Amino acid sequence: MTEFREILAVLLLQAGYNTTVVMLGAAALGAATGTVGVFAMLRRRALVADAVAHATLPGVALGFITAVALGFSGKSLPFLLAGSALTAVLSALCIQWIVTHTRLNEDTAIASVLATFFALGVVLLTVIQTLKTGGQAGLDVYLLGATAGMLRSEAITLAAFSFIAAAVVAAFFKELTLVSFDTEYARAHGFPVRVLDLLVLALVLAVIVIGLRVVGLVLIVALLIIPPAAARFWTNHASRMTIVSAIIGAASAYGGAALSAVRPDTPTGPVIVLLAFAILLVSVCFGSARGLVIRALGTQKLPRRVS
Amino acid sequence: MISFLQIDLPALLVGTLAALVCALIGNFLMLTRQSMLGDAMGHVVLPGIVIAFMIAASTATWVMLTGAFAAALFASLLVEFLRRSAGVEPSAALGAVFTAMFALGVLLLEQSGVARTSFDVHHILFGNIETAIWPAATGLSSLFDANALANLPPQVARLGFGLFIVALIVILLFKELRVVSFDPVFARTIGISPRLIGAIVVALAALAAVVSLSATGVILLVAMMVCPPATARMLTDDLKTQVLLSLAFALASGLLGYAIAVLLPLGLGYEISLGAAGTIAVVAGVFQLIAMIAGPKRGSPRNA
Repeated sequence: MTEFREILAVLLLQAGYNTTVVMLGAAALGAATGTVGVFAMLRRRALVADAVAHATLPGVALGFITAVALGFSGKSLPFLLAGSALTAVLSALCIQWIVTHTRLNEDTAIASVLATFFALGVVLLTVIQTLKTGGQAGLDVYLLGATAGMLRSEAITLAAFSFIAAAVVAAFFKELTLVSFDTEYARAHGFPVRVLDLLVLALVLAVIVIGLRVVGLVLIVALLIIPPAAARFWTNHASRMTIVSAIIGAASAYGGAALSAVRPDTPTGPVIVLLAFAILLVSVCFGSARGLVIRALGTQKLPRRVS
Repeated sequence: MISFLQIDLPALLVGTLAALVCALIGNFLMLTRQSMLGDAMGHVVLPGIVIAFMIAASTATWVMLTGAFAAALFASLLVEFLRRSAGVEPSAALGAVFTAMFALGVLLLEQSGVARTSFDVHHILFGNIETAIWPAATGLSSLFDANALANLPPQVARLGFGLFIVALIVILLFKELRVVSFDPVFARTIGISPRLIGAIVVALAALAAVVSLSATGVILLVAMMVCPPATARMLTDDLKTQVLLSLAFALASGLLGYAIAVLLPLGLGYEISLGAAGTIAVVAGVFQLIAMIAGPKRGSPRNA
């Protein structure tokens, strides 16, 4: 019972300034992944996003090693973000190269890039564990995420990046919607489909890198997949769907951050993902546009109207 | 010699057996465009294994198998429900279910205290084949001593059992697997159900995932399900040759990867350690990279 009251206090932002900043940062991140996720799903990038997320691990490790070699703290965010962005881009290029230059199908390309990059990261991490520099434990949070012990400056940085990603989506909303829902029409009317596809991929890469610290690279792809899938049950309209998806992403991340603020030993990523999945199941049943309940009522009404 | 038998041999056995069983079934996952399903399977069985362990308080093979199969079955029902009844896009349904189930597995591991007694999240993610040891070995004679062999780590027997079952079914159903992999439409006309064969492939992948996951971690199993078959596919058009080559590459990755992980730090004289499971997976990826650049059958069949 006390735990429940504690969680409630945190949810209502009564848990101190730092926790509040971190939770709002997480919510901003969730909103960004929810927004970008809509277009990533429509362009069928779910599995590529998973591979790219796992491929950030060697980048995180290289960022750590570079930072230590240059005399900085191994945990300094700019190095880790730059490293993870580098290997994320590299992995996306590798998938593209395999699909266009060999006869392996896309599924095989994605799975092999995911496995090889992640394995390389694992090997580099085991090397780092035995280096005598200290601070290695801090890298663990990039696997499954953690909001406990997050710095205020980190939260603000992540929130700012999330805001930029959401703003880019808003700026190109019409073009992205058109390309995603009706590629042929967009191409016929001279929209640069390839450029917009690259923009979607770039946004996916950006939110993955931003989300590593909070959700972790193993599960970040869930925040791109689940909110749009859930939002689909509440509306048939593209712009409303994007907004609902952003709200679901934000709510999941906010709630997950709150729960792990009460229990600091709990990794944040899994909590966020389970919350999002619970919202998906509720949406499947009770969604106002395509939920099972609505559809069951709708099919009962239809024959009466026909007769 | 004794330290090789006690430390290196069991780790090598675990690493290579897992590589072989995963690569074998990986051939058919690749040809039916389901390589990412192998990845999903590696994630989905985690909560099953953890819950089974919590209920039965044992890591016996049948406990792990039951839990993992229950989880795999539950996951496929959930994916089907989201796809068919609710109309969620297939790859989104798969992605949502396997991330949520892995999340559940991780939380159960962390909260239940299982983590400190038996396996933890790091071992699941990174692999832990180094923890397979054979303290009963006292010399070469132990290799022929039934009592000492009975004390081999339980993972070895579990992996051997998995490899035996997968190999047996692949050999028995080889003709059906070949037809369904390359020409599902023709398969149906001659009375072979692609759905049934597909379900068998998925079940065997689940079996491979179960026996490998707690022994080697998820990364080795995912890498071995895709990299050796993809490497072999760059070298031949014949399915039987492809399967045999993929097994050879899996074996070579296991042996070479383990040797690098153990010998490289010694050779460099640094006090560092390389994770063996990760190193094996990287070696498999390097084989695939070389084959993609130089393999005789790398391009599309239409151009060749």
